[in-house]
Amino acid sequence: MSQVTLLEALNMALARAMTDDAGVVVLGEDVGVNGGVFRATVGLQQRFGPERVLDTPLAELLISGLCVGMASQGLRPVGEIQFMGFVYPCIDQLVNHASRLRNRTQGRLSCPMVLRVPHGGGIRAPEHHSESTEAMLAHIPGLRVVIPSSPEHAYGLLLAAIRDPDPVVFLEPTRIYRAAKGEVDDDGVALPLDAAFVLREGRDVTLISWGAMVRETLAAADALDTEGISAEVIDLATLKPFDENTVLASVAHTGRCVIVHEAARTGGFGGEIAALIAERGLTSLLAPIARVTGYDTVMPLLRLEQHYIPSVDRIVAAGRAACRFN
Amino acid sequence: MTKNWPDNQLPVIARFDVRYRNYLAPDGAITRPPPAFASDIDLLVSLYRAMVLVRAFDLKAVALQRTGRLGTYAVSLGQEAVAVGVASAMRGEDVLLPSYRDNAALIWRGVKLEEILLFWGGDERGNHFSGPVHDFPACIPVGSQAPHAAGVAYAFKLRREPRVAVCLFGDGATSKGDVYEAMNFAGVHKLPVVFVVTNNQWAISVPLRLQTASETLAQKAIAAGFIGEQVDGNDVVAMHAATTEAIAAARDGRGPRLIEAVTYRLGDHTTADDAARYRPPEEVQARWKNEPIGRLRAYLAGCNAWDKTKEEQLVAECQTRIAAAVERYLVTGPRAPETMFDHLYATLPPVYAAQRRDVEENR
Repeated sequence: MSQVTLLEALNMALARAMTDDAGVVVLGEDVGVNGGVFRATVGLQQRFGPERVLDTPLAELLISGLCVGMASQGLRPVGEIQFMGFVYPCIDQLVNHASRLRNRTQGRLSCPMVLRVPHGGGIRAPEHHSESTEAMLAHIPGLRVVIPSSPEHAYGLLLAAIRDPDPVVFLEPTRIYRAAKGEVDDDGVALPLDAAFVLREGRDVTLISWGAMVRETLAAADALDTEGISAEVIDLATLKPFDENTVLASVAHTGRCVIVHEAARTGGFGGEIAALIAERGLTSLLAPIARVTGYDTVMPLLRLEQHYIPSVDRIVAAGRAACRFN
Repeated sequence: MTKNWPDNQLPVIARFDVRYRNYLAPDGAITRPPPAFASDIDLLVSLYRAMVLVRAFDLKAVALQRTGRLGTYAVSLGQEAVAVGVASAMRGEDVLLPSYRDNAALIWRGVKLEEILLFWGGDERGNHFSGPVHDFPACIPVGSQAPHAAGVAYAFKLRREPRVAVCLFGDGATSKGDVYEAMNFAGVHKLPVVFVVTNNQWAISVPLRLQTASETLAQKAIAAGFIGEQVDGNDVVAMHAATTEAIAAARDGRGPRLIEAVTYRLGDHTTADDAARYRPPEEVQARWKNEPIGRLRAYLAGCNAWDKTKEEQLVAECQTRIAAAVERYLVTGPRAPETMFDHLYATLPPVYAAQRRDVEENR
């Protein structure tokens, strides 16, 4: 077992999936010779050839639509969109076709595709490169929305996404593409989809997050620990459909909940989690549910983005306030 | 001082042609030597029968809609030759990606009339297609099926399967990036796909001259690097010939083609539309002279292959077949409401089981 970055783990998973299944096709802008703008697909074209690792024209709608057509014929296409700000031309295909091909044909055709989309800011990128609009994708019936928070999760969840018989949008936390390192065994073992991960057990407050924000959330749990507050940390991992039971069980246990996400607050996925707890976990609550999120602003350009992205301090303050509430 | 060069001294670096294909005049006369298959009178009769059937089926569907027994429906009145000409040139294992006005193609491919009624009657089971299991259901968001066709064709090419994807869309769809993106990609990879644009002159109320300034829609293929051909879309012989050639080329690894089928939508856009609001009746009346069914009938009659008795027999057969399909459609009860969950995912995530139970308990 070796220490790899999250990006390297994704690359390992793609190579593994392509080795195991001749139907897996990787496609996108610059994914071939260049190995992807973030280098997630590096070396794949040399190994698997230009027919299976395909540089597409610069057309995001096309990439998602090609995936639907390929998937309908039994291939397992894995499309790459370079940044989340460029995913919007794909929404028509995701909402109107990928997510409903199985349903509208009553199971006659299906759409086992994966669309990989870098997620979130903090990489000092230009405008339109730092968005986190996962809630809009998680609203689409028939879709899966998955986001890893570590190299190990990236490997296991991407394998699961490629093997899944339905369409998956696989969000990749750009901020920790290289910052996150971990031991990953290239054993071909997938992690379960639709399941949240309890990364740290605790007694006093439940902290729920996903993607890159899991790092700040874990750091906040460490900081709270020094104040004598024991925080449980849940990595939601699959946002659609999300693991309601793990969330409810944790809140039943701690009585307090802080939801952390980088996306803007209004209509963000945190609201969905809060609604679930209000509907089915209200009586276990000892304090109001708190949300630590990005603001209802456009993601600022690089000089201000660190003020937009929730900080460890903001999460700690919310956890502390929840525990002091009475 | 700069010398003023006249533009006509600059060299021409490329020229392109768009050809036009027609064999039958509106009165059924031959305009140019027809292709070899046209001597197969049985084939021509089957094309004729298919067009007559779909016209009668459309009439019945509208009647069902007007009496509240069908949802909004899109008739293909006047453009029957396009879908019939295209579908009849395909093999069973090819894949059709139709638009919502291409029922004639679905019927030719083996989709049952009652399945089409089920779909427009609001039941997803109509898209289950007991016949052509690989074909796509009718696409409603205009032109968004074109990238699927490229993806389907890519799968065929990757697996070295001698199959062709055939994608139908309307003139309005050529204004969308979807169609160009798909054609562009298909051109780059010489994919086995045939795009057919049914130019029926109107995208709901917007006439072609407000849709595009280009002289033909066929020339849209030129920018994508392959042949675009304009075909008389009211001449089923020309449509069958053009599609057969295009499919053969695609199957042969010679890449995609675009066929512009020039026709006219004699009816409303759908049963929810009133074309009289935007289209003078004189225009529609004039276009009736070009419609495809009378033209082929006249040709067949001229070959002594069709007469009044055969026509009456065919009309009766169509009525019987349609009535039986309508009957089967009307007695098909709605599926159980909770089944709306059943094909959402391959396996329903347990988290949605409670919602499914909720539907079951509240039905």
